[in-house]
Amino acid sequence: MFPRLTVLVVLGLLALRAAHAEPVTHASLDNGLEVVIIEDRRAPVVVHMVWYRVGAADEPPQQSGIAHFLEHLMFKGTDTMEPGEFSRVVEANGGRDNAFTSWDYTGYFQRVASDRLELMMQMEADRMANLSFTEEDWMPERAVVLEERGQVLESRVGGQFNESMMAALYKAHPYGIPIIGWRHDMERLTGQDAMDFYHQHYGPNNAVLVIAGDVDTEQALDMAQRIYGPLSPNPAITPVTRPHEPPHLAERRLVFEDARVGTPYVNRMYLAPVRRAGDQAEAAALQMLAALLGGSSTTSVLERRLNFEQGVALSAWAGYNGMARDYGTFTLGIAPVEGVSLEEAEAALDAVVAEFLQDGVDQAQFDRVRHQIRASEIYALDDVQGRARQYGVGLSIGLGVDDIDTWVDALDAVTPEDVIAAGQMLLDRRNAVTGYLTQPATTAPEVTQ
Amino acid sequence: MTRLLALTLGLFVLLAAPLRAEVAITPVTSDSGLQAWLVEERSIPIVTLELIFAGGSTLDDDATAGATSLMTALLSEGAGDMDAQEFAARSEELAARIGFNAGRDTVSVSVQFLTDDADAVIDHLRLALTDPRFDADAVERVRGQMVSKLRRDALDPNTLASRAFAQAAYGEHPYGRASDGSVETVAALDRDTLIAAHQGAIARDRVFIGAAGDIGAEELARLLDRLFDGIPEQGAEIPARAEFAAPPGIEVIPFDGPQSVIAFGHDGIARDDPDFLTAYVLNEVFGGGRFGTRLMESLRVQRGLTYGVGSFLAAGLLGESYQGRMSTDNANAAAAIELLREEWAQIAEHGISDDDLSRIQTYLTGAYPLRFDGNAAIASTMASMQYQGFDIDYVNIRNDLIDALTVEQVNAMAARLYDADALYFVVVGQPEGLE
Repeated sequence: MFPRLTVLVVLGLLALRAAHAEPVTHASLDNGLEVVIIEDRRAPVVVHMVWYRVGAADEPPQQSGIAHFLEHLMFKGTDTMEPGEFSRVVEANGGRDNAFTSWDYTGYFQRVASDRLELMMQMEADRMANLSFTEEDWMPERAVVLEERGQVLESRVGGQFNESMMAALYKAHPYGIPIIGWRHDMERLTGQDAMDFYHQHYGPNNAVLVIAGDVDTEQALDMAQRIYGPLSPNPAITPVTRPHEPPHLAERRLVFEDARVGTPYVNRMYLAPVRRAGDQAEAAALQMLAALLGGSSTTSVLERRLNFEQGVALSAWAGYNGMARDYGTFTLGIAPVEGVSLEEAEAALDAVVAEFLQDGVDQAQFDRVRHQIRASEIYALDDVQGRARQYGVGLSIGLGVDDIDTWVDALDAVTPEDVIAAGQMLLDRRNAVTGYLTQPATTAPEVTQ
Repeated sequence: MTRLLALTLGLFVLLAAPLRAEVAITPVTSDSGLQAWLVEERSIPIVTLELIFAGGSTLDDDATAGATSLMTALLSEGAGDMDAQEFAARSEELAARIGFNAGRDTVSVSVQFLTDDADAVIDHLRLALTDPRFDADAVERVRGQMVSKLRRDALDPNTLASRAFAQAAYGEHPYGRASDGSVETVAALDRDTLIAAHQGAIARDRVFIGAAGDIGAEELARLLDRLFDGIPEQGAEIPARAEFAAPPGIEVIPFDGPQSVIAFGHDGIARDDPDFLTAYVLNEVFGGGRFGTRLMESLRVQRGLTYGVGSFLAAGLLGESYQGRMSTDNANAAAAIELLREEWAQIAEHGISDDDLSRIQTYLTGAYPLRFDGNAAIASTMASMQYQGFDIDYVNIRNDLIDALTVEQVNAMAARLYDADALYFVVVGQPEGLE
């Protein structure tokens, strides 16, 4: 058997085949709107997305949740459209629409038959400049976002635990504040607060338009110019200024106890570098590190050692998120089997990480990971909405189209030595918060069925 | 674990609806008699296959509940001369994406691979399907994971609500119990039981096959014969039908959390009912899991009582019901139930308007092509259409069938389907104002 040889041959082939993907077009209108067009003519469907480079990390004090509340209110009408009309028109055209808010961006999208693209553009351009709603509209919607917090966060103990971890990880930067907002802030948000936020941050000069699917690039660009081009830039928009993290001098640890915990686990988050425009090498090494440590539920280092060999873990994981404007996170975690305490599990996890950094990368595993990454570039072509999202997130957080296009090359350039060098950060827990999610100590851990 | 928490406005994932879909489906029959639907799409060098085996966890006995789930989870944990690590490493070398999933009614297999590796991937997958090892260490490891999941489920209000609803609805029938069994039954499963579950579930007599991507009919037929070499002709007998038997009323399951999860519903419409499509269209107006439905308008938009509320036709292989789900603050639970009953009674009596119907027809027919925008989605749709008993030309006539519906037909269905007095509610939480 010569597995290495096989892999190399296949890799060469993949590189060749992948070259058939249609290029992605990037342009900017005079009013500052950036436009990305991804042609994929396989199905008569188009995805139309507008991303604003503003999110929950840009909220004024005591108004946590306003970015997300505004996202909901963007469906409540404009000077010429009724509340709810946007979604009704999308539906009447057989389309789907939705929106999402993160710390760095707020996105709105529709999926429709490709001959309806112009109408989607007209409505999205309209609400970019002419949002209008009344108290009758925002009051019940505030109750809706509070219900959302109740359902999505407060009813899920893992969600609350994560919220606590983030709040402990960030000492100054607003990534420590939940996207949906703190309940006490949310209860006091008003429609005027949302409108002020809108006037401060929304406009073509703070937005990215992504069109993906069954379009002709030239025609789509002309259409974007015709419909979005006449919008004036918003002069209120200023460059993003956010608090910086001070040096982290002390490790943080927390214990989150809740009777609803079914599987106790340990999670640790490290503050990590992000993908930077023109300089993604460090992020790529961290991504490879995460893939080697936790990228497979069977063969990754953590699963193999802790779950398969030592038998102390139900599962163990590692992850890296470098898709953020200011700070990324690297995560390690372990859910122990019954009879193994969280302390023991954490110690076992740390020992395996230290051992990995000491012993170095297994070349066969490294080759398999690289091969899968190359293949994932081809698999990704099947998911046009996923591709649109990659460019939308990337451009929203300050990356360029080139950075997205060359990400797989950056991953490919990572050496085993780079991975070990990047992994040294995992040995310094001053940059990290470690959390235990567990049943209350006073409660018997016995669970009734 | 997702680090980037993106909050979406919509709660329910939409599985609903299908412009005339420009999808050319080729029926394929292999030399050995296997049938498949293929959508050829050559622009990307990948192939996606979806296999659905009917039966699923309904094939388990009460004493071996969870056997099909555990067995399915073990298919990727070692086969032939490979242990779990070696099997996974081989999948990675091939960059193949293989998934096994067991549900109440089916065991499904999804595989995506690069065209050039087709034979190697098929051989690899065949080993998992025909020669799984069920090694003792793998069984114990995966059993531990399953028990852990069952413990989590026992503390999850959504799962508690769904389980309680199923049990009230179907009692002793396999539909009345959890597909994953219980901590006790899973703890008791032995290797022989897993082998029997494997022989019972994976058989040619119950498979439905969808394929999409960079492959032609002849090549697909060849690969399928290769894949099914060694898979038995016949599997285990599928149990009898389940009758819906939940009594009208409200059952409260105390649970300490900020919200009440409410599962509600009554008897439904069978998938092979000639008017199933009518019921489907009606439900899309009423509560079909998106904005703009009556339930969302009444409970969310007008009153802010919930983040999301939806209803669905739960038409399974062996039985059917009509159900809905919502969560609301404990203080609002009684008001929410009252509104649900009112909406139920309202549509039963007054149906929908001409305008409602024409709007939903436009939406459903327009949205149809959105389902066919990727090989993975297409292969899965091809398999599930066969499993659900549709004809191969359904894709081409489905929108005409929807457009042909009259408001009289739809409202006759409303009178038949909706029965406010029959509604059964499970409330998991600390609801105020409910006994």
